[in-house]
Amino acid sequence: MRAIDRDEVQQLLAAGAQLVEVLPPEEYEEEHLPGAINIPLKQLDRETTGQLDRGRPVIVYCYDDV
Amino acid sequence: MSPRAAWRLESLGFTEVYDYTGGKANWGAFGLPLEGTVGPRAGDHVRTDVPTGSLEERLQEVRAHVRASEWDTCIAINAERVVLGRVGRRALAREDDATVEHVMSSGPSTVRPSATVEAMLERMRRQNLTNVVVTRLDGVLLGLLRREDAERLLAE
Repeated sequence: MRAIDRDEVQQLLAAGAQLVEVLPPEEYEEEHLPGAINIPLKQLDRETTGQLDRGRPVIVYCYDDV
Repeated sequence: MSPRAAWRLESLGFTEVYDYTGGKANWGAFGLPLEGTVGPRAGDHVRTDVPTGSLEERLQEVRAHVRASEWDTCIAINAERVVLGRVGRRALAREDDATVEHVMSSGPSTVRPSATVEAMLERMRRQNLTNVVVTRLDGVLLGLLRREDAERLLAE
């Protein structure tokens, strides 16, 4: 796992990375990065992550770093 | 919360996991697009034709820019377009030819492009402002959101 900044997010997305917002669904509905899917932290398990492609990078994010 | 999510993904066997620590607050604060149910955002409705000037510029020159525009203000910026000050009506009306640096109000209040137009309109009404300066998180000028534009947009 590595922490990255905005520029790296954009580079990774251009290279095919997947984006996952880990906040609760209501916060995701309000606003999320284009193309992001929602898997809340409390629901991250083998089943919910089955929709992700293990062959591609995954970027997770929440609201901010606080 | 996202570092824990990233480690959890690794524990589930994902081998290339990254944590965007700035999150959506950072993304939106740089004017990058967000999707969702939140209403229109300031960054999408700014006017970019506001006159700007460097600190060294003389008032005479600034007045000429302002007169040629439909604005009554000038934003003082540096070479990186970071907002350093604002020259308002009173300063523009001075009779001398001072520099922008000498007459500007330093460090004007600014808002991020991800702020909603609704919240900004409320702020402009409360503080009796006709516009707000919209900058990215790093201070780079994006433009001004005018109160009349916000009112028109929210009335639609």
